[in-house]
Amino acid sequence: MSKFNKTGKKEMPALNTSSLPDLIFTLLFFFMIVTTMREVSLKVEFRAPQATELEKLEKKSLVTFIYAGKPLLQYQQQMGTETRIQLNEEWAEVSDIQNFVMNERMKMNEVDQPMMLVSLKIDRDAKMGIVSDMKQALRRAYALRISYSSIKRENL
Amino acid sequence: MGKKKRSVPEINSSSTADIAFIILIFFLVTTSMDTDMGLTRRLPEPQQDEQQKQDQRIRERNILKVHVNRDNELLVNDEVTSISELRERAKEFIENPYNDEKLPEKRPKEVEFFGTVMVTANHVISLYNDRMTSYETYIAVQNELIAAYNELRNKLSEEKWHMPYAELNSDQQAAVKEIYPQIISEAEPKKY
Repeated sequence: MSKFNKTGKKEMPALNTSSLPDLIFTLLFFFMIVTTMREVSLKVEFRAPQATELEKLEKKSLVTFIYAGKPLLQYQQQMGTETRIQLNEEWAEVSDIQNFVMNERMKMNEVDQPMMLVSLKIDRDAKMGIVSDMKQALRRAYALRISYSSIKRENL
Repeated sequence: MGKKKRSVPEINSSSTADIAFIILIFFLVTTSMDTDMGLTRRLPEPQQDEQQKQDQRIRERNILKVHVNRDNELLVNDEVTSISELRERAKEFIENPYNDEKLPEKRPKEVEFFGTVMVTANHVISLYNDRMTSYETYIAVQNELIAAYNELRNKLSEEKWHMPYAELNSDQQAAVKEIYPQIISEAEPKKY
């Protein structure tokens, strides 16, 4: 028999997978570091408005989120289609904002308290009436640093 | 002595990869990667009555009235303007390059690094909107106003240090801010 004429007797060597868990763990750690826990499940529609002069919110621990928009389809029977406010997982009224912000501030580190930033995630179709009411409530709660959450628009 | 070395049976680790995969997928689902961006603004402190009275005493040439009405039209000093023109209008107003009579008055001001500069320190951009204005238009207008300030600051810092404003150190930034202070006053929307 010639040296090159091999019959199918020899099996393909099994691929060594012993390092696969390590690879996956590396991926896992990567994702654990670069991502953050999703804060809340949204109950309102939120499509951010577009802007160009954006600033990044650096420290997540300083940021408190307030959502406002049209209730999602499954909540519309209860809540109607008017713009509503969502604080954490709860529906809220404008009058609840002051207490909410105060509570959130109490939870924060004392050093960080004056640096508190409130990110307003408001749907682009919302009307300014409710936005102004929210702003007035924030002023009364002395949460003066705010950020209107928006997405990048490419300049033409 | 005479004992044979017994081999320890190896633990089957072929499922570790699967376990790790499950954890990985869990993290992919529950976390979000989006870095939050937004227009950062500072709200004025809760207003006292005296302050309101003071505000009304600003001279007319120092005010740029920016009004967004309920049909999302933009009115600058009561003329209809498109949003794309607003940035130039605001820049001209803030800078007042030719010392125009109708634009804000300039006052000498001592600024670090620059010496004495003529600054339109008393200018106010008064932004007001209707309760029915859409949030999207409001953000677009805010964005143009902030862009006007940012462009002026960038221009100044390029002239002086050949660097964009964002790369200056905090003292230099403070000096630039003193020359172009950001004064956007927002009145409560009108109710009809």
